[in-house]
Amino acid sequence: MPEHESVEKHGSPAQEVGDFLRRRGEQVAQRWADEPLFRTVFTVSRDEAVEAGKIVVEALAQVADTNQVHDPDAAGFTVVREQLSRMGAARSRAGFTTAQVSNDVNALRPPVENLLLADLPDASADRVRECTTALTVLMGTLRLVVLETALSEGQALIERQRLQLLEVATPVIKLWDGIVAVPLIGTLDSARSQVVMESLLEAVVEQRARFAILDITGVPTVDSLVAQHLMKTVAATRLMGAECVVSGIRPAIAQTIVHLGLDLGTVLTRASLADALAYALHELGADIINATPGGAGSR
Amino acid sequence: MSHDFSRPVTGHVPVLRLGDILLVTLQGDLYDSTAQQLQQDIGDTIVSTGVTGVVIDISGVEIVDSFLGRVLAEIAAQARLLAARTVVAGMRPAVAITMVELGLTLPGLRTALNAEAAMNLLSGPDQDTRFGGPRQENR
Amino acid sequence: MQTAAGVEACLPIRSDMDLVWVRQHVRQAAALLGFSLVEQTKLVTAASELARNTLVHGGGGQMETEAVTGGPANGLRLTFSDEGPGIPDLERALSDGYTSGDGLGMGLGGARRLVHEFAVDSTPGVGTKVTVVSWAARSPRPRGEL
Repeated sequence: MPEHESVEKHGSPAQEVGDFLRRRGEQVAQRWADEPLFRTVFTVSRDEAVEAGKIVVEALAQVADTNQVHDPDAAGFTVVREQLSRMGAARSRAGFTTAQVSNDVNALRPPVENLLLADLPDASADRVRECTTALTVLMGTLRLVVLETALSEGQALIERQRLQLLEVATPVIKLWDGIVAVPLIGTLDSARSQVVMESLLEAVVEQRARFAILDITGVPTVDSLVAQHLMKTVAATRLMGAECVVSGIRPAIAQTIVHLGLDLGTVLTRASLADALAYALHELGADIINATPGGAGSR
Repeated sequence: MSHDFSRPVTGHVPVLRLGDILLVTLQGDLYDSTAQQLQQDIGDTIVSTGVTGVVIDISGVEIVDSFLGRVLAEIAAQARLLAARTVVAGMRPAVAITMVELGLTLPGLRTALNAEAAMNLLSGPDQDTRFGGPRQENR
Repeated sequence: MQTAAGVEACLPIRSDMDLVWVRQHVRQAAALLGFSLVEQTKLVTAASELARNTLVHGGGGQMETEAVTGGPANGLRLTFSDEGPGIPDLERALSDGYTSGDGLGMGLGGARRLVHEFAVDSTPGVGTKVTVVSWAARSPRPRGEL
């Protein structure tokens, strides 16, 4: 078959795809700008989407030049990794699943493929097949890179939030001179009860607190593990010379504790945080007296 | 108040007498033999001086293992036999957490936040059970 | 991290003075590897229990320390070995309240609760080797912003 002047002779189909991407970069980027992946991330201006598209095309061309179409670790991808992760993250934030993001990236392939085919009108059938295969592999690798970055972003986010939650969810509050309290909200696992115990004990030292109140009103369930954590905290507080009161034991939880046969015998308990505070104040020699006659008395 | 060091000798922990109370300040890392010597010294000093309270300040102690835990429990038990009350004061949070994890809760031991609070505790009336036990108040 | 120099060591356990060195070295090594204060205290206490076991029951021996790096978190491995009579009934020795010497019966079982990984290899008449590993909690710093 005779060679045509418009199609130069190349070493490999991948490199030919690379050349094509350079040649048609502008058009590819223009078409991508209308695809959901770009359109939804660059909502402000379409030009921005086109610019981002051009950068990605250039990266793909580079990867193709080096014959690494199948390699997600190819050097060419490093430039666009941040760009891609931003797009993946934006889609995740919008509530899209990984499979949907994968489809979005997949949707980028047909426009490029059409342009490629239009660019090779006179090439042999074999050559066309080789080039489209190289492009397909390259786009598949791109999809892999996007998913990889999106997933690792997700992991990093989860880890950050986990640590933030540990710190945010356990504020130690000074209720009165010598009385500190931690209102616990949410499930108590081992890592969290460790943080609770440490911050409560640190507060006991700092505030010279004689009473530490652990309020479990916001803890959904108490199983034997949670009970064990509570008892450890109580024991550690006692070793330091303070008294720990567990408050906020709802009737349902009290029932569970009894049903499970858990022995909280060594733990001082009160039904509500108010009761615990009244108790601690009383022990410190301060009592709350209602100013209005006929009001409910203090404990 | 009389301030006299009973045995300011190397290998011994100084036992300071403040009126009716012995103040023992543990610092840093102790040899096992030093801790055992202390146990003996405190017993001897209670007998010779007739004090009614012992305060062991452990705010300078970085770890309490089962050996030192046992020494503290035995000092308290021995003092009780000699009609003196013992308070362990100033345990660090990290030490308390570790002891609980280790399983050493020393139930018979009285504790206080610091030496001053321990002194106040000992100068008050002798109440072995400070709290009447748990109360459940579900309304 | 260039911390191996301050971590790797082999210390003899022959007297109660050696126990002090063991505790100080473990504390230093754990601090170098980024253990928090509570984590340090737990590991030092476990080391103290195990070293005392080596001394009292094993008739003396040694402790080796080794950093475990390269993973997501830094770890410290301690190996206590003696050539003593060995532990005839390991199950019982690990259960709470069991004691054959001084202490409150917390030695082996208590030490196990203070570390993340715990292994005993004991042959009656040949000796005992206890290996423990603890990991420093991962640092609460975010890995860079988006």
